[in-house]
Amino acid sequence: MSTRTGRATRTGQYLALTGYLVFLAFPFLWLISTAFKPARELGSLHPTWIPDHPTLDNFRQAFDEQPLLQAAANSALAAVSAGVICVAIATPMAYVMARHRSKLSAAATGWVVISQAFPFVLLIIPLFLVLKNLQLINSLAGLIMVYVVWSLPFALWMLVGYVRAVPAELEEAASVDGAGRLRTLVSVTAPLLAPGIVATALFAFITAWNEFFFALVLLKTPEKQTLPVVLTHFIGAEGAADLGPLAAAAFLATLPSLLLFAFIQRRITGGMLAGAVKS
Amino acid sequence: MRALARAAASAATALALLLTGCSGGGGERTDADGTIHLRFQSLAWQTESVTANKELVAEWNAAHPGVQVEYVQGSWDSVHDQLLTSFEGDEAPDIIHDASDDLADFAYGGYLADLRTLLPGRLTEDIPQASWSTTTFDGGVYGVPFLQEPKVLIANTKILKASGVRIPTADRPWSWEEFRRITEELTGKGRYGVAWPLKEPVSVTLNLGLSAGGQLFHRGEDGAVDLRFGEGDAVVPRTIHDQVTVDHSAARTALGMGGSDTLPGLFGGKYAMVPLGFAYRQQVVEQAPEGFEWSVLPAPAGSGGTAQGVSPQTLSVAEDSPHKKEAVEFIDFLLDPPNMVRLAKGDWMLPTGTKALADPALHTEDQGWATGTALAQRLRPAPAQSVRGYPEWKDKVATPALQEYYSGAIGLDELTDRLVDDGNRVLARYQR
Repeated sequence: MSTRTGRATRTGQYLALTGYLVFLAFPFLWLISTAFKPARELGSLHPTWIPDHPTLDNFRQAFDEQPLLQAAANSALAAVSAGVICVAIATPMAYVMARHRSKLSAAATGWVVISQAFPFVLLIIPLFLVLKNLQLINSLAGLIMVYVVWSLPFALWMLVGYVRAVPAELEEAASVDGAGRLRTLVSVTAPLLAPGIVATALFAFITAWNEFFFALVLLKTPEKQTLPVVLTHFIGAEGAADLGPLAAAAFLATLPSLLLFAFIQRRITGGMLAGAVKS
Repeated sequence: MRALARAAASAATALALLLTGCSGGGGERTDADGTIHLRFQSLAWQTESVTANKELVAEWNAAHPGVQVEYVQGSWDSVHDQLLTSFEGDEAPDIIHDASDDLADFAYGGYLADLRTLLPGRLTEDIPQASWSTTTFDGGVYGVPFLQEPKVLIANTKILKASGVRIPTADRPWSWEEFRRITEELTGKGRYGVAWPLKEPVSVTLNLGLSAGGQLFHRGEDGAVDLRFGEGDAVVPRTIHDQVTVDHSAARTALGMGGSDTLPGLFGGKYAMVPLGFAYRQQVVEQAPEGFEWSVLPAPAGSGGTAQGVSPQTLSVAEDSPHKKEAVEFIDFLLDPPNMVRLAKGDWMLPTGTKALADPALHTEDQGWATGTALAQRLRPAPAQSVRGYPEWKDKVATPALQEYYSGAIGLDELTDRLVDDGNRVLARYQR
């Protein structure tokens, strides 16, 4: 009886999981389908999942009309730099905040939470003026700085959680075994923290890769623009859109994030606290 | 330990190089040899339109080695925020493409150049006064209106012909009552007579309202604007409301749609007609299935005839541009009648210039061009064109009120109260 109940529960769980996956995957699968449809199929009242006459015309048109490769390179440079710099700054800060709790670190955590509530439009004009004074308008360096600053609070918050998940006893044990402070950090803490650092870097990468508004207002010349900005060039007045090329370009824009996740995801989950406890 | 220090030093160096290497900045706009550089931010987005704009820029650059124009692609989606930030940071493009209803705040804010003394007589005389009034604020002219589009009915010709209803022309359009009757006639067997894509209901309602004598915004002699809802203002909203909730001849599901969303229903015979902007013909041509017969009909008319409100596309010059004269010369070149025709055809819209509008290429029956050009004479500035506070009224008051009215949640009295009473409170704050 209990076996049957357990099987039913598991079946229900799998069904719910499948439903959830389908729900999550639907927009992406529809995007792929749209990207390969000729214009006439886009206007069909009875759209099909598989295009009747699949075509690469949308991709050709997208590449012909907009500098997608250049934009992708700009996005990649901005996103990778933002991810690396953000983690480089946030990791030591997070360690201090997690291991040395004080009123100051509590206040800092509070500020981090509050800072997430600031709307973009509140920040953009002062930010624009600051960057202008630094001669960093229309510059990917300026954009990277903005992305780092924008991602840093949440990255810090994430990493504090990861550091706290690493048992302090392990560091104490290393110390007892004669390891110095730096050796403990490098040999004991850092490997255990690696999945968290990767996850945080991914968060900063995705935030920067998808970001639109800052890139729109800070980058002026076509050769500097990032992918999300270039994608809007397929959208016209009153929401009219060149749907085929837009879908093709959007599909290409989602690929790097997906591939990155597919490659790293197992390491994030598999590496968490692996080998922390001696068996 | 030493390896760690070396890695950190390498990373710092790489970062410094990266930041130095990818820094940009505005740069000087005049070369040592005197060559002037202008930036033209265009919002063209359709393939033919982008091509036409780029070709014209290339032609200008070839003919004017001393004044080189750089084409910069902008986006309709976010142009206001992007321009506002650029103005605040003194980084605006020299020549700015936008829509006239977006210019008021920039003009009053001192960001745009007053073009009165810069515009050549040819251009001033070629564009009708009604169009100039869309870019005139406080006596100054802050943009050149050059493209516009009326709202038309895109119809499934087979359904219309089979029903035997009178086909309207620009000279003899349907009245609003006739339109309501005909949509009811066309409804049945899983088909609606009309689908109103009213995701953004305010501009449609106000602009078509002029055809019934509606105005809603009334400017007094002191320049102050107040809202009054008369019988003429009620005609369009009441017709739409009754089609949706009384006759069921208009698809309720379309109320939340954008224009493009209704096209599959039109192609599939689910809707007999869809009111859309003139430029949507491009999407119909591109997406309609083989054999789909369609026609362009004038929007219904009332006591105001076929009048409609429009917000033309405009070209402006930034106040901070050091080369305003050259920028206006470029605009003059871009809007030379044959060039204006190229831009209009590229965008599937109508030119404002009378010479361009007379071009035979824009009077063919094919793809409904003739219907559009016939309507052009009666296009008027959108009623709320230069009203300060309009965006807030639109977003906070009018959009939800009209959406609730069209869906049947509130009646006409409640709609009137909200549009006028709440609206006047909003406008009052801008007119102190």
